[in-house]
Amino acid sequence: METATFQVKSGLAQMLKGGVIMDVATADQAEIAQKAGACAVMALERVPADIRAAGGVARMADPTKIKEIMGAVSIPVMAKSRIGHFVEAQVLQALGVDYIDESEVLTPADENNHIWKHNYSVPFVCGCRDLGEALRRIGEGAAMIRTKGEAGTGDVVEAVRHMKTLMNDIKRVTTLTQDELMTEAKQLGAPLELVIQIKETGKLPVVNFAAGGIATPADAALMMQLGAEGVFVGSGIFKSSDPEKMANAVVQATTHYQDPKIIAEVSEGIGDPMSGLSVRDMNPQEALSVRGW
Amino acid sequence: MKRFGVLALQGDYQEHSATLSRLSVQAQEVRKPNDLANLDGLIVPGGESTTMAHLLQKRASSSDTKTLGTELTSLIKEGLPVWGTCAGMIILAKKLIQHEPSPLGLIDITVNRNAFGRQKESFEQELTIPEIGSPPFNAIFIRAPVIVDMDDTVTVLARLQDGTTVAARQNNVLVTAFHPELTRDDRFHQYFIESATNHRVAQE
Repeated sequence: METATFQVKSGLAQMLKGGVIMDVATADQAEIAQKAGACAVMALERVPADIRAAGGVARMADPTKIKEIMGAVSIPVMAKSRIGHFVEAQVLQALGVDYIDESEVLTPADENNHIWKHNYSVPFVCGCRDLGEALRRIGEGAAMIRTKGEAGTGDVVEAVRHMKTLMNDIKRVTTLTQDELMTEAKQLGAPLELVIQIKETGKLPVVNFAAGGIATPADAALMMQLGAEGVFVGSGIFKSSDPEKMANAVVQATTHYQDPKIIAEVSEGIGDPMSGLSVRDMNPQEALSVRGW
Repeated sequence: MKRFGVLALQGDYQEHSATLSRLSVQAQEVRKPNDLANLDGLIVPGGESTTMAHLLQKRASSSDTKTLGTELTSLIKEGLPVWGTCAGMIILAKKLIQHEPSPLGLIDITVNRNAFGRQKESFEQELTIPEIGSPPFNAIFIRAPVIVDMDDTVTVLARLQDGTTVAARQNNVLVTAFHPELTRDDRFHQYFIESATNHRVAQE
């Protein structure tokens, strides 16, 4: 019997596919998410919109809160560590969370290095804006990737940009000849072996979800049609006027992402989405997606 | 060409479809009652059982008269061969140790969800499965359920070393706690396709 193999770690991400992972800050919210059909929850101190509003240093959630959430639901529970904060990751592993998100939404602990994720029995998900960043994280041991988008804004524009960039990068690599791969790896800042793998398979070696700014059922379906294998919805559920209805609708739109009639039906009468913050009007210093190296 | 459905509400349905294609079987993704027409068999994939159970109870479109769960249950009761992997096994079971979700009750087994614990207890294990033959099958268990009780008419197909039942069948319903779809070993899918075909022939 072998535990913590890459197959087992990336396998859980395979099981989450086609689903919605919802940010929750309390056990009650976790139960609402599970009841609405979330395939996992992300246990947080605050949802990203509130992290933005609060300012200051954003850290791993209080273990008491994470344990409460783990006790409240039977679906997988993820939790966030700061970028490079390997002790927060050790603590989350000791708590027994099912996935660790080494996340740009929290204040980075290391501005040069990410966590070496191969050493953990709990799998990691990491954010990316392009193929190079995705492959650097996979090289460090991430078993799942998500495009970053701009968390806590309710503006899907960055999620779209990052997903399109990633997909276009992958397409370009598949068209290269063998003697162009080393220079491509150099330009991407990515491990050569993984670039070769992309060239051969035409896809990432791990599951890729979309995140950051998804606020409506149509946003979720948009990301799925752009090639996401599932979605993270952060502030979009519990900052909407009727979280239960919004959660249900986003789950159904993610399953039926190719069926506009169903997306239309589930989008009716679900209240107001989160108010949102236009990324274009934001002070560039407030962008979270630039964190990650 | 045979045509097998793969329930595509959530989970790793694409891995099942890809395996079916490798075995020259047409894979039909099933999201709505209409998708269930003219199938030779059905796979309920791995994923989150609460998510799948929730979506099975919904009418996807206001024009649907029945839920997908109701349609699927009556087809399986009429003899449609079905195979559930992991979450699929939970969905097909008669009873769960836990209160949630509500299973469809199509095979007389009682299932304990997340029986080994959380993700860090997930594992791979080589299993000897007489129906599959040698070499042993690399079984991947992810937050896996196990069968804790079953009717006498249920046949055990695989056990762990400690005797825990992790694969079984009863008539047209096959269940595994592990994920053959995550491997490149297609023998379990081959076995399901053959046994589904034999079951159909026997019925006619």
